[in-house]
Amino acid sequence: MNVQAFLSIFISSVFIYNVILSRFLGLCPFVAISKNTKQAFAMSAAVTFVITAASAVTWLIYRFLLLPFNLAYLRTLSFVLVIAALVQLIEMVIRKTSPVLYRAFGIYLTLITTNCAVLGAAVLNIDMFFVNGKAVAGSFYYSVFQGFCMGLGYTLAMLIMSGIRERLELCNVPKALKDFPLAFIIASVLSLSFMGFNGFKF
Amino acid sequence: MEILFAVIILGSLGLIFGVGLAIASKRFNVKVDPKLEQVQHLLPGANCGACGNPGCFGFAESLLEGKNTVESCRVCSEEIKEKIAGIMGVSLEKQTKKIATLHCNGGLKVKDKYAYSGVNDCIAANLVLGGQKSCVFACLGFGTCAKACPFGAISMSDEGLPVVDKVKCRSCNKCVLACPKKLFSLVSISNSVYVACSSHDAGRDVKAVCPVGCIACRLCEKACKFDAIRVIDNLAVIDYHKCTSCKACVKVCPTKTIRVRE
Repeated sequence: MNVQAFLSIFISSVFIYNVILSRFLGLCPFVAISKNTKQAFAMSAAVTFVITAASAVTWLIYRFLLLPFNLAYLRTLSFVLVIAALVQLIEMVIRKTSPVLYRAFGIYLTLITTNCAVLGAAVLNIDMFFVNGKAVAGSFYYSVFQGFCMGLGYTLAMLIMSGIRERLELCNVPKALKDFPLAFIIASVLSLSFMGFNGFKF
Repeated sequence: MEILFAVIILGSLGLIFGVGLAIASKRFNVKVDPKLEQVQHLLPGANCGACGNPGCFGFAESLLEGKNTVESCRVCSEEIKEKIAGIMGVSLEKQTKKIATLHCNGGLKVKDKYAYSGVNDCIAANLVLGGQKSCVFACLGFGTCAKACPFGAISMSDEGLPVVDKVKCRSCNKCVLACPKKLFSLVSISNSVYVACSSHDAGRDVKAVCPVGCIACRLCEKACKFDAIRVIDNLAVIDYHKCTSCKACVKVCPTKTIRVRE
C-alpha cells in the first residue's frame, strides 16, 4: 500500500473516469433527481454509501467464493444478487437504528438497488485489482477506496448538474427546451468538459 | 459436474441471503402505527406545507402525536377531513373555505416606468427599483404566484394579472408568501366584496399612475351602514367581521376599486 496509488485512484475515479460524465453509468438519477441540490445531495450520499459497501462485499465474494470454484464467469449474476440483498439489509438496519438518516435517504436508498453505477463499480474493481485470477497486493483496500471515490465523483457530477439546473430554472428558455431537453444539453457539455481531464482521442 | 457447482454455489448464495434477510426483517422490525398509513393515504399528497409540517407524511405524524389538528390541513375536502377525524377518533370543527384574493387591479392599465428585460420573475424584477410598474404597489405580472401554486389554480390573464380559480384554490397560502408585493390575502368564500388595490399613496399620486387604484375618497366609508369599511393610510380596508356583502360600497366607488368576486 502506498499513498501514490491511493492518490491516483482518487484523481482518476473522481475526475478522469468520472462515473457519470466519462463512464456514463447511473444516468437515470443524474437526469431525474438533479432538479434541486438538496435532493441531489441526498441521492449522491446514498449512492456513495452503497457503492463503498458493495465494493467491499463483492470483492470478498469474488475472492473467496467465485475464484476458488472457478466460477468467475458468474460474476455479474452473483454481484447483482449480492448488491440487491445488501441494499435491503442496509435499509432495514438504518431504519431501525437511525430514523433521521432513513428519512434523509428516503426512497433513494431502495432505488439504488437497480443503479448500474453500483454494479459498474464492483465489476471495475475486479477488472482492475485482479491480475490473472489473483488479487493484487492491497487489492481489498484499493477496491473499497475506489468504490468510495467513484461515489465522490458521482456526488461531484450531481452537485454540478443540480446547481446549473437550479440557476437555469429562472431563465427564459424556449418551451421546447424546458426541463429534460435542456438537461441533456447540459449533460453533454459537462461530459465534454470532463473529457478534458482524459484528453481527446480521435 | 461444473454446472452442478455453479448451481449449488449460486443457489445457496440466494438461499443464505433470503434466510438472512428474513431474519433481519424480524430483528430490525420497526412497528408502524396502522393509523399512520391510513391517514397518509387519505391526505392529498401535495406536500404543500400549508399546515406547517414538512409534507403530508409529516402532517400525518404530527396528527398521531397530537401536535396538530385535522383542521390545519387546508387542502383536503370536508368529507376527507371527516374520514380522517373518524380514524383518529376526534370530532371536527367546521371551517369556511378561504380563497386567495389579489388586491390589485392594475395590470396593463398601469404604465411601466422603464423597460425591464431581466429574469422573468416578480421577485427578481422587484429587486430593480421595486419593479417596472410606475405604481410601487402594483402587480408586476410575471406570474411568480402562478408558478408557486401547487394546485394550478392561478393563471395569468391577458391583462397581465393573475386570476384565481375558485374551485381549484385550496387556500394553502403559497401565493401569499410568494408575492414580493404582498398583494394576495386569503378571504373567506362567504365574503364576496374585496378591495382590488394595495396602494398607500395619496389620491392624486394614485390617479397619476393608475385609473383603477384607491384614491382614498372615503365615499365607501360613508356608504357603509355597518361601519365595515375604513380608509386607513390612504387605502380602503374591509373589516370582514362586520361586512355583510351588501355591495353598497361597490356601487359608490368612483374608480371601481372595490369589487365583487366573480
